[in-house]
Amino acid sequence: MISRGQAVVLVAGFLVLALVPAAAATLNEPFYLDLFRRIMIFAIAAVSLDLILGYGGMVSFGHAAYLGIGAYAVAVPAFYGIESGLVQWTLAVLASAAAALVIGAVSLRTSGMSFIMITLAFAQMFYYLGISINAWGGDDGMRLARRSRLPALDLADATVFYYVVLAILVGLLWLGHRLVHARFGIVIRATRSNEARMRAIGFSTFRYKLAAFVLAGAGCGLAGALLTNQTDYVTPSYMHWTRSGEIMVMVILGGMGTLVGPVLGAAAYLLLEDVLSAWTVHWQIVLGPLLVLVVLYARRGLYGLLPGSAPRDG
Amino acid sequence: MTALLVAEQCLNGLQLGVMLFLMAAGLTLVFGIMNLVNLAHGSLYMVGAYLATAVFNWSGSFLLGVLFALPATLAIGMLVEVIALRRLYERDHLDQVLATFGLILFFNEAVAIVWGRTALFTRVPRALAGHIMVLPGVRYPAYRAVIILVGLAVALVLYVLVNRTRLGMLIRAGASNRTMVAALGVNIRLLYTLVFGFGAALAALGGLMAGPIYNVQPGMGEEILIQVLVVIVIGGIGSIRGALVGAVVVGMVDTLGRAFLKPLLSTTLGPVAAQSAGPALASMLIYLLMAAVLFFRPRGLFPAVRS
Amino acid sequence: MRTPRSAAVLVLVAGLLASQARAAETLKIGFITTLSGPQGVIGKHMKDSVELALDHLGRKVGGLETEVTYGDDQAKPDVGKQVADEMLKKHRVNFVAGVIWSNVLLAVAPTVTGSGTFMIDTNAGAHEFAGKQCHELFFATSWQNDQTPEAMGKYMQDQGITDVYVLAPNYAAGKDMVTGFKRFFKNKIVDEVYTKFGQQDYQAEISQIRAANPKAVFVFYPGGMGIQFVKQYVQAGLREQYPLYSVYTVDEVTLPALGDAALGSWETRYWSPDLKNEANAKYVGDFRKKFGYTPSYYGAQSYDGILLIDSAVRAVKGDLSNKKGMIAAMSRADFRSTRGKFTYNTNHFPIQNFYLLKAVKGGGGEVEMQIQKTVFENHKDAYYQECPMK
Repeated sequence: MISRGQAVVLVAGFLVLALVPAAAATLNEPFYLDLFRRIMIFAIAAVSLDLILGYGGMVSFGHAAYLGIGAYAVAVPAFYGIESGLVQWTLAVLASAAAALVIGAVSLRTSGMSFIMITLAFAQMFYYLGISINAWGGDDGMRLARRSRLPALDLADATVFYYVVLAILVGLLWLGHRLVHARFGIVIRATRSNEARMRAIGFSTFRYKLAAFVLAGAGCGLAGALLTNQTDYVTPSYMHWTRSGEIMVMVILGGMGTLVGPVLGAAAYLLLEDVLSAWTVHWQIVLGPLLVLVVLYARRGLYGLLPGSAPRDG
Repeated sequence: MTALLVAEQCLNGLQLGVMLFLMAAGLTLVFGIMNLVNLAHGSLYMVGAYLATAVFNWSGSFLLGVLFALPATLAIGMLVEVIALRRLYERDHLDQVLATFGLILFFNEAVAIVWGRTALFTRVPRALAGHIMVLPGVRYPAYRAVIILVGLAVALVLYVLVNRTRLGMLIRAGASNRTMVAALGVNIRLLYTLVFGFGAALAALGGLMAGPIYNVQPGMGEEILIQVLVVIVIGGIGSIRGALVGAVVVGMVDTLGRAFLKPLLSTTLGPVAAQSAGPALASMLIYLLMAAVLFFRPRGLFPAVRS
Repeated sequence: MRTPRSAAVLVLVAGLLASQARAAETLKIGFITTLSGPQGVIGKHMKDSVELALDHLGRKVGGLETEVTYGDDQAKPDVGKQVADEMLKKHRVNFVAGVIWSNVLLAVAPTVTGSGTFMIDTNAGAHEFAGKQCHELFFATSWQNDQTPEAMGKYMQDQGITDVYVLAPNYAAGKDMVTGFKRFFKNKIVDEVYTKFGQQDYQAEISQIRAANPKAVFVFYPGGMGIQFVKQYVQAGLREQYPLYSVYTVDEVTLPALGDAALGSWETRYWSPDLKNEANAKYVGDFRKKFGYTPSYYGAQSYDGILLIDSAVRAVKGDLSNKKGMIAAMSRADFRSTRGKFTYNTNHFPIQNFYLLKAVKGGGGEVEMQIQKTVFENHKDAYYQECPMK
């Protein structure tokens, strides 16, 4: 599955991520610690989407809903004085999983374009729900007075927070890898290629797809909890459909159905934004055609461009 | 008084509906015939609005702006189809979403470079600046009344075009069975380019009429695009009739919700709760409607026949 | 192999920048405003005024080499927060200034003051920072949100106007504005409507106003929202029926787009281009000469903000580490403000006059705002007693 070249790249990539805090400290450039932490948080969201988009073929256009639910699951308890990270983050995972269960149970009865649109519709409903709750800041959003309190770990310390995010990202990748190569993942992938046959041989494909949908939602909810801590702020705009679009772009840009690809996609997207926007305010005029070119000529995303990459595994 | 108010708000809803229809007609045709999810359709709406507004502000003649923007956007649409989009027809929807998302970024920045990031403001053409009496006691802006008339006229022309002409027959045939049309020796490439350009011109018509009412600004296309997607999904992808019904329904639901949901809620929930819940629930209504339609009729109200 | 290579390039570039930064002692100001979308027109007024202030100071604020970085908040709190973080950590600014929107300020200001950096607020007047969340590093060159509508509320109350229909966008400042209005306006309010921030089409709301048949309409629709609302209000033929009273809606930012549609509108404000004092004459005159259009209060406040920084840096003779000295200097408001002499309250918000203005045809045939009378003299905001700073 993984070629030698890709393995080298993988290890090197994570070494670089692990060394970012040291480099930022040596160069006295704390900004880049923030930037790479942001990249990893979006990578978590993108990997969670890849589970259903890449492996399950479920084009969810409302993934940002879980990002927002996770974010509010930290900010709302904090607003009422509950600052324990264990409580907040557990709530983030459970609440987004519950939302995914409801959304999935309804949406998975449709397919194709209808599925894309119905997931979008649900995300937009959550977006407007966020706007309507004046007690939680409404359209203005809410400031997070202090980051989640974790036992023995102080997230206010930028470096500690960085390694917590890195650990979660690596953990999620490992879990994802185990999952897609377990029986569960094989059923999901087989369902994508031929659902009728899977049903014919006796699998309840709906249940498998729903389970994957819920897992993906939960993963993105955790990313949302981290994002609030990263920005110290939450607004309904975390759930806006353009945010769902961005996460999807990261997945496709990096390479669907590869788990590592979305990490590359998130890094490429946010680094391009940073580098190009420092160079010109009109950076999107470069990014736009670049996306078109990736679709037309690099169909397997950045991951597919890596040396010695295997054919997309089905 | 209340009956008059409801009548007036229905007019407002109809006006929003026909604007949505102008966008939806082109999008649903492209979707139905070429099987292309074109998120960049909103960009063509924006380009039309910019071209018309720029010429209008420069020359002082709204008509000149219209006469320039329509063919120019038609040409831009065909150019985009030939350069980029025709390579995407055989790809899956996901590739199309990504590539057309890239086009959105490109178009938004391109207009920002030419006209700046701040919004362009313009005015209603002088001849239409007044208001008319539609009913005793109901004064309505003349410009908006004209929008409604133009939108309904376009709907009529499209109906005749699709149902009574050879081109329309090909379009209907293409929407239900593409391979068969190609097998019959029709130049399908040319048909596609034409349909796309035509859709672009309709989007431009919507955009240029929106100019004097809304702000002309980079990104204006995406705000309406998402509502237009709701329209064509409710109406049934590929169906002009569905687009018209969907557009009017969405326009009405959105406008009437915004106007009457708060007073309705305040009688049951009390004014304070209604103050915050009303506007938000009104914004949610069209998405609730879409989710419900999709759940019960996954292919929309008027599904185009597909092989 | 994208990530490591780009990372290496970044690290290299960052290193170069860092070594440059250490070479000379410069004053760095990060100016956050809205430079895109329908509200971008306000940002242009502010940015041009900052540039004019720099010109007037010979490009040296407080006698130091000065570097101004502009950031676009897109009128969104989360974007503003991100821009502020970048200014603090990447550009290492000494002062963050600007900010149009109260909701953006609520996200930005605590980040800035929390990092020990000065926040010079040149527009948004969220009540939180005048009261409980006031901060020694926070200074406003504008006003507290409630004050301007308080002046309008008082004027309308004194005129005996009743049955007023109130509209505002649904965000932090919208609520402050209505609170301020109701503090002095005690007659009947027919309805109070909050619309979505950035809404463009007000036709549905306008139909509701007509149905409610009030005696007058009071609105707060800043920038692009104001252009849309007033134009549509006039198009629907409502101006003849219901006189329009507003705050931050009909001003030098929106007048060029509104033209005759603005005629007869009433506003209250602390500043106007026709305010008579020497500093203002110089500001307005040079601004028109350099940029070819009439400046607004958004600009005047931003111009004042740079002069305020200048006065502070001069007072400590360029020693940017002497924050206590700069706080003391700024509290004296010892600079030639475009609004004339004013003093700072204990919460670092100005104590100043508020005037009634009307949109009339000026000498050149253009519509302009002219001061009619003074509503409040040396008006204090309603929150300063909640501020722990004494």
